[in-house]
Amino acid sequence: MAYILATLSIVCIVGGLFFFTTATIGLLRFPDFFTRLHATGKGDTLAVFLCLIGFAIHEGLSLTALKIAFIAVFMFLAQPTATHAISRAGIRHGLKPWVKGEERQ
Amino acid sequence: MNEFFVAIGLGMCILVFLVLYRVIFGPGVFNRIAAISAIGTKTLIILLILGYVYNRVDMFIDISMVYALLNFIGSIAAAKYLEMER
Repeated sequence: MAYILATLSIVCIVGGLFFFTTATIGLLRFPDFFTRLHATGKGDTLAVFLCLIGFAIHEGLSLTALKIAFIAVFMFLAQPTATHAISRAGIRHGLKPWVKGEERQ
Repeated sequence: MNEFFVAIGLGMCILVFLVLYRVIFGPGVFNRIAAISAIGTKTLIILLILGYVYNRVDMFIDISMVYALLNFIGSIAAAKYLEMER
């Protein structure tokens, strides 16, 4: 049973690191602000959730695991909210979305 | 398990330095805010990994929780300020 739980937590944490890597590549290589925000908003949310669930499984049943689960739920709500607020600020500030064929910004 | 956590933390630090490129060279203030939010999210995980490496998770989890709240409030405040400015 302990081996199964350790394997599950390692799989979750490595999956989280993988999604962090893809979000970072998207943030570095996408052509404009809104596409970069799309990559980092979704990828980071899933990656944080996977990493924190892996830590909670590794911790076992305790108060610390409960706090980690609370952070996971909070990040799952807060990260899309922050992304939406930043993108709406960009739209109202007057940034134009990139269309195909334009220069990369 | 300790070496595994150290390896994951090292990978996360490399990712933070990659995102720092967008903070320094990114055109305009909005790219910088998005990149700083991403760095804050990665720092949350790095703090938890530090807690596991030092065997003091019960202390580092509170710091990590406060960091999550501050990151969220900071990006919301910056977005509201830039939305007003024009």
